[in-house]
Amino acid sequence: VSQKLLFDRIDEPGLATLAVYEARGGYASLKRALAMPREAVLQELLDSGLRGRGGAGFAMGKKASFLPKGTMDKYLVCNADESEPGTFKDRELMQKSPHMLVEGMIIAAFAADANRSFIYIRGEYEQQAEILEVAIAEAEAAGYLGERILGSEHSLSLVLHRGAGAYICGEETGLLDSLEGKRGNPRLKPPFPANQGLYQGPTLINNVETLATVPHIIQMGGQEYAKLGTETSTGTKLVSVSGNVQRPGNYEIELGMPSREIIFGLAGGPDPGREVKFWFPGGSSSPVLLPQDLDLPYDFDSMAKAGSMLGSGAIIVVDDTIPVIDVALKLAKFYRHESCGKCTPCREGTNWTVKMLERIEDGEATPMDLDIIASVQDQIMGNCLCVLGDAMAMPLASMVSKFRDEFEAHIELRRSQAGLGLPVAVAAGAHA
Amino acid sequence: MTVARFGHGSRIPGWDDAVDLTKDPAGIPDPANTDVPEALRSQVEAAMAKYPDFRSAAIPALHAAQELHGWCSPEAIEQVACVMRLTPAYLTAVATFYDMLETKPVGRHTVYVCTNISCSLRGADELYAAVQEAAGDDPDFNVRAFECLGACDIAPMASVNGAYVGPLALTDAQQLVEDLRAGREVLPEKQLSRRACADPGAAA
Repeated sequence: VSQKLLFDRIDEPGLATLAVYEARGGYASLKRALAMPREAVLQELLDSGLRGRGGAGFAMGKKASFLPKGTMDKYLVCNADESEPGTFKDRELMQKSPHMLVEGMIIAAFAADANRSFIYIRGEYEQQAEILEVAIAEAEAAGYLGERILGSEHSLSLVLHRGAGAYICGEETGLLDSLEGKRGNPRLKPPFPANQGLYQGPTLINNVETLATVPHIIQMGGQEYAKLGTETSTGTKLVSVSGNVQRPGNYEIELGMPSREIIFGLAGGPDPGREVKFWFPGGSSSPVLLPQDLDLPYDFDSMAKAGSMLGSGAIIVVDDTIPVIDVALKLAKFYRHESCGKCTPCREGTNWTVKMLERIEDGEATPMDLDIIASVQDQIMGNCLCVLGDAMAMPLASMVSKFRDEFEAHIELRRSQAGLGLPVAVAAGAHA
Repeated sequence: MTVARFGHGSRIPGWDDAVDLTKDPAGIPDPANTDVPEALRSQVEAAMAKYPDFRSAAIPALHAAQELHGWCSPEAIEQVACVMRLTPAYLTAVATFYDMLETKPVGRHTVYVCTNISCSLRGADELYAAVQEAAGDDPDFNVRAFECLGACDIAPMASVNGAYVGPLALTDAQQLVEDLRAGREVLPEKQLSRRACADPGAAA
């Protein structure tokens, strides 16, 4: 069993209240951080090697150091929009230990010299929003938030902002537009949010899990934290395992743990008699991996080397009873629905992909259509303001290339069922 | 009049409808002849006060209006526009973007059934059909197939008036609807809020 930082006794009754959180040493890291010079706190974050837990995996300390110096209003925004399919780690963290996030935000704001902060929580998380609302009020009453926190020079306000159901608002610039009261359309980058973010001011945006890790880094020391995990993927990570496994749920692991141990050891693997067909290592936006990839260590670089990504740390396991086209169509429909419509390749590309996959199901496709699907994905990637289109294109392209035989067999089967073309024998083992 | 290009029908409701060119665009509603309920006004004003830019309160304000009116009706939007000093068009643009803001009248019981990948691998599509059937044509119900709700550990699941329940069997659909009709807590033993962490090391 690897070390627990975020999930240490997470089910302790009353942990969501300030009293219990303080009784187990909560807010001690904040007191320690406020007694340190700002630069030293930032240095601890840099030393920790903590990489963003939301999906992109950018070094958190580095991102915080990008904020310009000066006396202008600076903002810290916590991205609690968690809408990547398969991801549910932040939900459990906010519901059970909201003060850990609040403490992390105060320390991160101190390190980045931000004086206003926001939590953008997805609208569907009503219960979690209520819990956070109470926790923020408690922290305010205890003097952890507000003017001159605990007698220091640092002041911080914290506002909880509820979204209203849009996947795109998990994208940092879409989130900022939504937080400004607009439609959640992404912005052109650069300028990056660190220079021009919320209300055109310098803004640091981090995921819930990233910020909740900050108190632990201050407590342990950045260099000590960096000893956990691998050299380039330090620390522990919450992994959401779901799909065809026997024990779906959130697990805290040390980065670098073999993927097989997570999927089989912790989550119990697929039901008896079934095999892993493919798996998403980092949410539905990550290219799929095959059973032979199960022995890879689960960390940022190993996943990238295998042609996929760690993303938000959401493993979705698909077993051998599921036709790959069902997953592909589900995925494409989701991204079509969630595309904000600002950039043409994404808006049209997602729509065309759905249409072409439906054409396969209607028996009107030919194997040539697979090449067209692949070329549409190719034309989406890298051609939009944000990566929503890529988030469909990458897994879809990987499914078409890795399961081409199954797609072709499916096309022939549907064609013959529709009475089009000559019936062709279905490849052995393919979905009927 | 139908726009010829979209003669086959568009996915976007109202797109094909002709605009009345004799009408002026709606401006910011006049407070003198816009009746805003006091409770809504104070909620919207409180939300506006929380942000450096009052426009940030658009979503919370529309949420509040939806709670009062049941949906973001033209009347609800006009009231919010009046308090926020924005045009109804601005707020309509916001309301139509977000899935949880309803731009058509809906039932007061909201049931979102997650039908995204992880849930559908465990039978969410069948569950959605079962819930739809159990609710029938009861106008009090707003049953929707929803995108990933972030609770794949209890797949297949549903969000019932904001409370997550799961994992749901097909037979739970009837109970879910009956609990809602009777005003009881829905499927208490399946509420996410009572679920322990799956990680065996977390309990130690």
